[in-house]
Amino acid sequence: MITTRGLTKRFGRVLAVDSVDLDVHEGDRYGFLGPNGSGKTTTVRMLLGLVYPTGGEIEVLGKRVPKHVGDALPELGALVEGPAAYPHLSGRRNLSLFDAAARGARRTRRARIEEALERVGLAKVDQRPTRAYSLGMRQRLGLAAALLNRPRLLVLDEPTNGLDPQGIKEIRELLVELNREGTTVFLSSHLLVEVEQLCTRVGIVDRGKLVLQDDLGALRAATGRVLLDTPDPGSAVALLDGRVEQRDGDRLVIRHDDVMALNEQLVAARVRVRELAAQRRTLEDVVLEVTGPGSDSFGEVR
Amino acid sequence: MIGVELRKLVLRPRTWVSMLLLCLLPAIVAVFLATADFAPPPGQGGAFLSAVIGDGTLYPAAALALVLPLFLPIAVAVAAGDAVAGDAATGTLRYLLIRPVGRTRLLTAKLVSVAVYVTLAIVVVVLTSLAIGVVLFGTGSAPGAAGGTPAAAVSLSGVQLSSSSLVLRLLGAVLYVVLSMVGFAAITLFLSTVTESAIGAALGGLAVLITSTVLETLDAAAPVKPFLPTHYWLSWLDFFRDPVLWRNIDHGLLLQAGYILVFFGAAWANFATKDVKN
Repeated sequence: MITTRGLTKRFGRVLAVDSVDLDVHEGDRYGFLGPNGSGKTTTVRMLLGLVYPTGGEIEVLGKRVPKHVGDALPELGALVEGPAAYPHLSGRRNLSLFDAAARGARRTRRARIEEALERVGLAKVDQRPTRAYSLGMRQRLGLAAALLNRPRLLVLDEPTNGLDPQGIKEIRELLVELNREGTTVFLSSHLLVEVEQLCTRVGIVDRGKLVLQDDLGALRAATGRVLLDTPDPGSAVALLDGRVEQRDGDRLVIRHDDVMALNEQLVAARVRVRELAAQRRTLEDVVLEVTGPGSDSFGEVR
Repeated sequence: MIGVELRKLVLRPRTWVSMLLLCLLPAIVAVFLATADFAPPPGQGGAFLSAVIGDGTLYPAAALALVLPLFLPIAVAVAAGDAVAGDAATGTLRYLLIRPVGRTRLLTAKLVSVAVYVTLAIVVVVLTSLAIGVVLFGTGSAPGAAGGTPAAAVSLSGVQLSSSSLVLRLLGAVLYVVLSMVGFAAITLFLSTVTESAIGAALGGLAVLITSTVLETLDAAAPVKPFLPTHYWLSWLDFFRDPVLWRNIDHGLLLQAGYILVFFGAAWANFATKDVKN
């Protein structure tokens, strides 16, 4: 759905995006993750033909960008760096104008607007102008605009900005549902939790470079350690001497590959088990391992 | 896209407020003239004003002369300056472009929308001032000659004009003023693609206007005068001479066409190759 080769963008002397090779497959929920100022938004803008690359190639929905971006955009919906609407007009009127600008079919316009508003939870919104909208409502309206043309590909830049926890959950469920119906979702975010909860594939960008791109499942591999919570930590340590890497009260970190075998061993030695689980890497571990400090920090934190 | 821009124009309160203000100036002047009950000497307070007292149907031309030097260009500068920069500032520009709206199509729609706005504004000014003129000054029967032939306006050359000829001349003048304003709008539209600040672009356009007006009064600037954007602006008055004095009108039309071509071209060249980062 999205392929880039050696995508590069230079603003004067600043290298904002440095030779990025993205590969987003059909049906992915792709998380484009990176600290602030790492080049995420510039990359998204290049995918949409808003910013012209300095070097490299882009293909979106099989069309060359920016040359043939006009052929790709009708099948694509996007939210770039916050929503935007004409402040003195109502939400519906805004959507109607945007749809007319895209030469959307007038016959189905009203139905598509209502459908989009319903999906994002604005079905009952009144005629108030969008300048009176809350940040969350604006975000939802922006999403509705992206859904107007029933896109095959959604490109969303920080879509849950300004939403409360309930709203974030609703949007996540909406995106999963759209994805199940066949929409590929490309989500750029600096929020680990958002990506971890939603995405199936992850690309991590740092200081303009794509430092990692893989399935989330593969990234969150077992670490070869098992976490044990037991009321008998003393006997557990005695039993597993040498394999215990860490002890924090009743909680132990044990170097072991096989949870079932370990459980058997503990039970046989009459060590009571309150909790036993294989340790997995969190996305945070992965990100911290591959990225440096964000480009919005200058100097170390003391 | 032109339809969308026109809908935006109509739905925008600013459009109607600015037109109201444009109509207000001639209305205020007319009220003062009517209550003072003596004609200003020729040459004071704008063209036609002395003639208007005798014939209200001439008032639209007087109103044009009142709003043209400053009021109308300010309204045009605000509208054209906002055209691209305004959408850039609210962020709607990027959403229009990814709908998708081609950049050339968008820019053309913007210029057309400004042209429609100018035309509408002038037509509204003409119609309201016609109504005001007729109500306050009557329709041209010479004072004291009750029952004299009505609607026989006097041209700037002192010849009587029939009312059908007056309508044609007024139409010509309106079209000429519209084109002059669109030429000015093209300059401001170009500035609007350069900056993200609508007010900056509008002020830039007005700076061009003021510079041009100042140079116009400067003898040392004689070589460039025929090319100044405001040089032939007042030539619409020539429609009210008898016979119509076409020389300056022709030059004016050619010059404005040149400004539109050059600055719309520059706006296109800049906008089509620009990174949209806001």
